[in-house]
Amino acid sequence: MYGLTRYKLLFLLPGLLILLGIILFPLGFTIRVSFSGWDAARPGLDWIGGTNYSRLFADGRFWESLSRLGAIAFTSVILEYLLGFALALLVWRQVRFRRLTRVLFLIPMMTTPVVMAVIWRTIFHESLGPANDLLSLLGMGSIPWLTNSFWATVVVILVDVWQWTPFMFLLLLAGLLSLPREPFLAAAIDGAGPIRTFFNVTFPAMAPISVGALIIRLIEASKIMETVYVITSGGPGTSTETSSYYIFIRGLRDFQIGYAAALSVTYLVIMIVLLTIIAKSLSRYLVKNGA
Amino acid sequence: MRNLLRLIKFAAILIWSAFVVAPFLWALTTSFKTANGVTSGATYIPFVDYQPSLGAWKGLFGSGGGSIDIMGPFVNSAVVTLSASLISLILGTLAAYGLSRFTYKAGPVGNADLTFFFISQRIMPPVVLAIPFFLMLGLFGLLDTIFGLVIVYIALLMPIAVWVMVDFFNQVPRELDETAMIDGCNPVETFWRVILPNSKPGLVVAGIFCVVFGWNDFFFAFTLTFTKTQLLPVAIVSLNSSVTPWWSLSASALISVAPLILVAFLVERYLDKGNIAGGGK
Repeated sequence: MYGLTRYKLLFLLPGLLILLGIILFPLGFTIRVSFSGWDAARPGLDWIGGTNYSRLFADGRFWESLSRLGAIAFTSVILEYLLGFALALLVWRQVRFRRLTRVLFLIPMMTTPVVMAVIWRTIFHESLGPANDLLSLLGMGSIPWLTNSFWATVVVILVDVWQWTPFMFLLLLAGLLSLPREPFLAAAIDGAGPIRTFFNVTFPAMAPISVGALIIRLIEASKIMETVYVITSGGPGTSTETSSYYIFIRGLRDFQIGYAAALSVTYLVIMIVLLTIIAKSLSRYLVKNGA
Repeated sequence: MRNLLRLIKFAAILIWSAFVVAPFLWALTTSFKTANGVTSGATYIPFVDYQPSLGAWKGLFGSGGGSIDIMGPFVNSAVVTLSASLISLILGTLAAYGLSRFTYKAGPVGNADLTFFFISQRIMPPVVLAIPFFLMLGLFGLLDTIFGLVIVYIALLMPIAVWVMVDFFNQVPRELDETAMIDGCNPVETFWRVILPNSKPGLVVAGIFCVVFGWNDFFFAFTLTFTKTQLLPVAIVSLNSSVTPWWSLSASALISVAPLILVAFLVERYLDKGNIAGGGK
């Protein structure tokens, strides 16, 4: 067709070039900086080879932050998936108060995470917050929410679950609403109870959207740092420090730009590899189950 | 048995609802407290538990000595979010239409790779980009400016627009395009006169997601601005410093999330129309 190529490029290129321009330079620059000793004392692009990378391999704090990130992300995302699915099933065929409950269940994902984190911090304040106050009303002792490493992790996960279960709920409810009715009629005619119907009909039909939702959430959860920054600042000690937060401290607090860049590149590569493996194996599970 | 099941269902909905609203109710009641109401331990009901005051709210709207400027950052946030969302939506929709309708080939790179390139930008941890963005904006004198933030936010939001719109256009029947072409429209006219008017639901969903993610970003606003161009989340978190005025904090937090609660109503309306299911696939 005459001039089709010109039109094709007219649609694609503006967005593509702008995104490439905004992303590619910073990324290339980060890679270059990771081979330099740029820090507060000696700013500038010198060349120190792989020194930053060998330092990084011996940096226990970085690897701990990675495994901590993995634990926090997986726990949160699995909880969010289970709760989101349960909530979606609860309101799926609901008749009364339908709009109200749905809107209510969606609200947390719309709110600004850091702003809510500021509120959560006051809620879990050890002596002045309502969390411990309510526990004492129930006759229980107060919990050192933000000063004990176990409980601080619990708070970080709880806040993430509060914020992002609605996202799972949204995608899974949208999926449920788009399911065809016939398989459910067939199951009802076969005399299948609600539990068998769920495992034989609902769950397999929801597998594709479940995989999509899990992958999207894992990607987002792998970047968690803002709520950690506000609620615990990585503490007590470094017990809630995630990788992003550790890189942030090294780069923009200690101003070890070169080392932070090396950490960034390593972190990015590990994330891409891990997330690709997870996405591939989840999709393969899908194909195997014929969905 | 059936009644018991219904009771359990009802209780579950009620418990989750309480969990959802708890932080908002706590912020609301805290926003009417004074220093006394906070430091004497957790209190809940105004007039019964503590003497309410409008001090925090008055402070936010500019009267009195201890006033806190929230309206300036609010406007900044709105300007940055809306302009970046609009630009991302325009560029993203154009690219998505191209990717959905034409075949691109540049060496080994095809449509699927291009689409993946756009969407995969969401994997990028903000912290990886923060330092180069800081240096790059500094180089062009754009640190601490609205314009600089808009550029950064476009990179953040365009992937979302492309992700939603590619999926949406794939569901729009191709016959629509073909009919228009036969009637003598070129691709641009086809897109503008036929496809775009039929794309409102997709555009609304993509727009909502752009606005929500833009409005809620903290990290870039935090690292790339100082004092001149403060965005709302940064202004609120900076209240969270040494001596925390819980009442002002709560009032400003409520102001900052209020517009987003309206967005939740909008999203719910599009749930039944099946425009959101596609996104997860």
